[in-house]
Parts: sequence; C-alpha cells; structure tokens
Amino acid sequence: MKYVILLMSEGEMPAWSALSEEEQQAGMARFEAFDAACRAREGVEILAGEALGAGDTATTVRTRGGERIVTDGPYAEAVEQLGGFYLLQAPDLDVVLDLLTVLPPYDIQVSPVVDPY
Amino acid sequence: MPPELDQVVREEWGRLVALLLAHFRRLDLVEDALGDAVEAAARQWPRDGTPANPAAWLQTVARRRIVDRLRAEAMAQRRHALVATDLERRPPRAMADPGDLVEDDLLRLVLMCTHPALSPESASALALRLVLGVSTRDIAALFLVPEPTMAARITRAKKKIVTAGIPFAVPDLAVLPDRLATVAQTAYLAFTAGYAPASGPDLLRTALAGEAVRLVRTVRALRPGDPTLTALLALVLLQHSRRDARLDGEGRLVLLDDQDRDRWHRDEIEEAGRLLASPGLMGALLPRQAASYLLQAFVAAEHAAAPTSAQTRWDRIVGLYDQLLALSPSPSARLARAVAVAEADGPRAGLAALDGVEVPGSHRVAAVRAELLARAGERTAALAQLDAALAACDNDTERAHLQRRRAEISGAEIVHPGG
Repeated sequence: MKYVILLMSEGEMPAWSALSEEEQQAGMARFEAFDAACRAREGVEILAGEALGAGDTATTVRTRGGERIVTDGPYAEAVEQLGGFYLLQAPDLDVVLDLLTVLPPYDIQVSPVVDPY
Repeated sequence: MPPELDQVVREEWGRLVALLLAHFRRLDLVEDALGDAVEAAARQWPRDGTPANPAAWLQTVARRRIVDRLRAEAMAQRRHALVATDLERRPPRAMADPGDLVEDDLLRLVLMCTHPALSPESASALALRLVLGVSTRDIAALFLVPEPTMAARITRAKKKIVTAGIPFAVPDLAVLPDRLATVAQTAYLAFTAGYAPASGPDLLRTALAGEAVRLVRTVRALRPGDPTLTALLALVLLQHSRRDARLDGEGRLVLLDDQDRDRWHRDEIEEAGRLLASPGLMGALLPRQAASYLLQAFVAAEHAAAPTSAQTRWDRIVGLYDQLLALSPSPSARLARAVAVAEADGPRAGLAALDGVEVPGSHRVAAVRAELLARAGERTAALAQLDAALAACDNDTERAHLQRRRAEISGAEIVHPGG
C-alpha cells in the first residue's frame, strides 16, 4: 500500500526557527533516522518526501461556478502549518505508525493512497 | 434457526471469521460468505441432519462462496479465470507478525476490529459483529441507534480497515499491552451501553451487555495473563451480576440500596472474586487502566460482600474512590465518592464532597445533590435541584424515578431512605 504522511503542524515540537543550531541538527538527525528506519524495514520505501514552504507561500486554486479562482495562501487555516510530507510504500498501517515514532513529535495525518484499480 | 446451528454460530463465529480472513484476507467477502453459509445450514440441516462437524461444514460452504466470488471478480476484470488453488494461496506479506500461529487468528481479528485508528463506537460494534456474530439489529438496540445507522457504521468501519490498511496481525510485544488496553476499553464501552437506561423494557439490552461480558471473556482467554483484561472481566461480572435486581416488575429502575440481593448472581460474584485474587493483579505496578478497572471492581466487590445495604463498608468504598481519583481524576468518580461519603458520614459531608463537581450535560450531580439535601432536611433546596435534574434528563426511565422522588419529597413527611 501507499500512504501519504502529512506533517500537519508542529505539535509538541518547537518552531524550527526557535531551535538552536544544535537542536536543529538533532531534529535533522531524526529525519535521517526515519530515512534509515524505513530503509531497514522490509516492504517499506520512501517514494517521495519534501519539506514545504510556509503557508503564506502557498497558492490556492478553487473552481466556483465554472470559474477558476486563484488566491494567495493555504487552502484552509487548518493546513496553514503543513510542514512537509512523505509518500511511503508500506505493508500496512501498523508498520507506518511504528515508523512514525522515529520522527520528531509533529502532529501527523496518515492517509492511504487510493488504488484506482 | 435449528438449535445446533444457533449454538455453533454463537460459539464459533469469531473463529470462522478469523480463519477465513487469515486465508483470503478479504474482509469484504468473509462476512457475507459466512452469512450465506448460515442461511444454507438453516435450510439443509433440518432436512439432511446436522453434520458431524458443524463448524467445519460452515467453513467449507463459506470458503466455496468466497472462491466463487473471487472467480466472478476475476472474470469481471477480464483477467484470466483463476483456478481455485491460485486464489487460495496467501498473498505475500511483509509484516511484523509472520502469521504462523494459527491459534492467534482470533486475537488478530480482535485487534483488527479494535484498532485505535477506528472510532471507539465503531470498534465496539465491529467486535460484537465479527468476533461474536451478534446481529446488526441487536447491536443497534444495544447502542440505541436505528438499525440502518448501525449497519452503515459497521460498513464504514470495514471499509476503513480495508482502505487504510489496518492489518490482520498481532503487533510487536512492546505494543501489545497497549492494544489489549484498547480492546478492553472497546468491550467496556459495549458493556456500559447495555446499562444506559432507555425508555421501554431494558431486558434485551441487559442480555446484550452479557455479550460484552462474553467479548471480554473471549479475549482474556487468548491472553489470560493480561492484567487489564483480568481486572475488566472481574468488574463487568460484578456489575452484570446485579442485572435481574436492577429493574422491578414494571421495568422501573431499582437503586442499589433497594435491590433484592437474593437476585444477584452469586456464581458470577464468586468468579469475579477469584479473578481479583489472581497473581497477575498482585504486587506489581499495574498499568493505569488495569488499576482503574481493579479499583472499580473492588468497589463493586464491597457491595457484593455486604449482606444488606446497611452493612455496606462505605468507609472502605470512600478509600477506594480516593485511590481512583489519585489515579485519574474524573467528575463521575468524584460524584460516586461524594455518594459514598454521604453514606459513611451523613448527607452534609456528602454535600461538602460534592462541592464544585460538575458533569457537563448530565442530570446526575443535581439528582444526587437533591437526594442529599432532602436527607439533610432542606426540602426547598432539594426540590430546586430535582427540577434542575429533570430539566437535564432526557431518559424516560430515569425521569420517572426523579418524578417519583419529587412527589415523595414534596409530601409532608421527609422519608430518610436508609435512616
């Protein structure tokens, strides 16, 4: 199965900019550890994973009454802090939930990618 | 349904679901196929006689149904018509759980139904349906929702399991106790649903609370050493042992003090007593949830041990609630403690213990405060609290009880129940 892992908000993790250099390095180490844990786990592969620009750099596209409206900013306030994502191949949800303990304590949403076939 | 069939469905449903699921990994097909097999049995067994191994018969018929469905699906997708042997081969899996312990299939099923990624209400319903084979109609009656609502809830939960990839697997030993604690919460939710008073006769729902007891018993049999499941089984047995004394002949609620203790099920109380004395609950530091169930079970055991309500050791019950509040402070535990304090030290002490307790959306605090004020002789204040309780109570059985009390208290003489 494929899962999209959305790093929704900082949760118990302090804002990145508020961290000292050492703390930032420790944070990066956790992402690297997640990378390594995924590589070590059978049937698991990170297919994609990126950090995202802040909410105020996002652009939202909506279509209303057939007319396309492009606006500045994220889609909704709820995802204003969306910080990054992974596209992960994994055998099941429990494997994903287990691997996520390696990441910093962000608030995370896990969504399965729907197989269209 | 022939009685033999009824019995095998009751005793073997979960195991059959688990076996078929282990084999085919298709939750969407397994339950329907078993349902078809039960229907076929209901037609054929009375005519041809009950087979020597009824469970194996159901399994074979259900398995055939699933293979038929898989073939039909393969045809519909214009793929090669697969032969049965290919279909029956397990898909390759890479899970923490190698899936080689057949006796754990039922545990896998239980853990799948009660996965924390499902809402507790859905998990409870799904466990009753898939592990115990309780009908959707009965589950709807237990949770006081219309049958189509419950059917939709169960369908949604099954869909989430398939779509989100919730595994049919036993997790790592490090995670298993937490997952069993979720199983316990799920089962207890189903149990308490059966005791939430409803309008109309409650007998059916009380019997269904018995199904939740069976769920706890079934899961505990798979992991007898788990302290959370042991403490919970003791707790629900003690609470359930009072079921026949809880309503009078006209379906009215009978409070604990007024119940006919001869109608309590002594065998269940004794079983709970043996569970409470089991080594797994002694000495070692218990997980929080196990400790909470254990303390509540000890409270219930104090009631069970008292020959009459007047002989209840309320001082000990207050002490147990003190421990429970230290463990996990909750308004309902404070309310229960205040009741015990009132019984131990009089209504004024109870009212003091009730100071500042609020249970949002519930009439119970006002109802207890009214009762204690009445006992303290403050009739006007008691009536005002009863009116507040009545305004917040939307349950017919409990309203009837409050209205009876209101009539008694507004009468000339104040009767002090229990002195």
